[in-house]
Amino acid sequence: MDMLQQFQNRYVSNGYYKVKIEPYPKTPWEKFKRVVKRSLNYELFVGLKITLREMIRFNIHTVQYPKEKLPIGPRYRAIHRLLRLLESGNERCIGCGLCEKICIANCIRIDTKVDENGRKVPTEYTINFGRCIFCGYCAEVCPELAIVHGGDYENASEQRAHFALKEDMLTPLDKLKEQKEFPGFGAPTPEADRLIKKTPLAY
Amino acid sequence: MESAFIIETIIKILVVLGLFSALAGFGTYVERKVLAFMQRRLGPMHVGPYGILQVLADGIKLFTKEDFIPQGANRIIFMIAPIITAATAFIAMAAIPMFPEFTIGGYTVKPIISDINVGLLFVLGVMATGLYGPLLAGMASGNKWSLLGAARTAIQYLSYEVVTGLSILAPVMIVGSLSLIDFNNYQSGGVSDWLIWKQPVAFILFLIAGFAETNRTPFDLLEHEAEVISGYATEYSGMRWGLFFIGEYANMFTIGFLVSLIFLGGFNDLWFIPGAIAILLKVFFFFFLFLWTRASWPHIRPDQLMWLCWKVLMPIAVINVVITGIVMMF
Repeated sequence: MDMLQQFQNRYVSNGYYKVKIEPYPKTPWEKFKRVVKRSLNYELFVGLKITLREMIRFNIHTVQYPKEKLPIGPRYRAIHRLLRLLESGNERCIGCGLCEKICIANCIRIDTKVDENGRKVPTEYTINFGRCIFCGYCAEVCPELAIVHGGDYENASEQRAHFALKEDMLTPLDKLKEQKEFPGFGAPTPEADRLIKKTPLAY
Repeated sequence: MESAFIIETIIKILVVLGLFSALAGFGTYVERKVLAFMQRRLGPMHVGPYGILQVLADGIKLFTKEDFIPQGANRIIFMIAPIITAATAFIAMAAIPMFPEFTIGGYTVKPIISDINVGLLFVLGVMATGLYGPLLAGMASGNKWSLLGAARTAIQYLSYEVVTGLSILAPVMIVGSLSLIDFNNYQSGGVSDWLIWKQPVAFILFLIAGFAETNRTPFDLLEHEAEVISGYATEYSGMRWGLFFIGEYANMFTIGFLVSLIFLGGFNDLWFIPGAIAILLKVFFFFFLFLWTRASWPHIRPDQLMWLCWKVLMPIAVINVVITGIVMMF
């Protein structure tokens, strides 16, 4: 969890400083003095000491990827998910087509119909992941928080069409219990209620 | 007598050839692991336990790769060049006494293929010939980067070889022989007899020249990837490239043996450690030193190498020889 907080910190370090560079030697004698200083003034041996120290400390930073994975940030933008309403299990998508319109890579296609309850629902929802640039506009524009970015970044496959169909992205009905309210990209912030001001109607 | 000698020599040759080819392969594994640990990485981990079979995987890859000769290359020289490097690396080992004498079933074995009385001269001469490998390879490849690598080989060759010869002259004057066995016997009286105490300057100069001789990091101008792709080896692949590598690692072991024999008491018993293990420890320390400096130090420019060798190291070596001569005279 420590690492996750590290991701969430958006403040850049203020500890920048300029490295002090000594003036370049001009005469051969100055060059020779610099070589003596660098080689005999233990500068070479400081290098050796540091590498040996790191080897003995054995403070390895390697993440053995398929076995170990780093936590990804909550606002990470990977393969999309289509969410359902938590109580009824109906699809959240109202087929407004805003995501299709806003998509700058032009990779989203929706077919919609009006179902027996009079709700407009998408019959087909496909994203061409060969073209998607994962900009997140679709998730941001969605008024119902129906299309969101999930965390599945391991999207290598034999077929380009994989992951791209509605059935792949939509939360299955039996997994509805596991669906959490999406806190990531495009979702309202936890303090949205407090921050939204009433529209003043009296002018 | 004659046939026994021939059989013994052939067995020794096969042992040295097989052992050092295997050690060269294992050396790549050790190098990758040590460099990785020094850079806070893990190195090869997936092939076998702790990646130890990576050597085998690399070997299979090298052997099964296509033997490729580019169109513009000089075919014959292109094919011969890697063999020069590997062959000279192993020929140089012929005059190196690896271990103390030992007895198997009443038969005394001298672990040296040929005890010639100019052993040191032979080893250094043959190792110097090995630089023709990169030189010819670079010139025969028909590739700009290879040509640059070959030019750098020539620079390096002209620079360090003087230092090697002059730095080793002072110990040779003290011992009075060119045979490495004589060097070893000269230092048989324990640590205080080691030549490094009498010739510390020569030790450092020879070590620096040894780094240049084996193209290791501070002087790896020949194939520095960031500057000349892979230098002389740009057009090589498969086992021909592998021969260059085996030659380089065999040379590292040769230099390790040479420095241990000349300056650090060779295969004499060290306190409670038997001689054979003592020299192995010394050689592996120098092998580690090669990797250690590679992880720590940047490499230098060709002009800096020439400046260092001709204007700094060679005068120091000459002064060292003169002072040694004066001290020996009085």
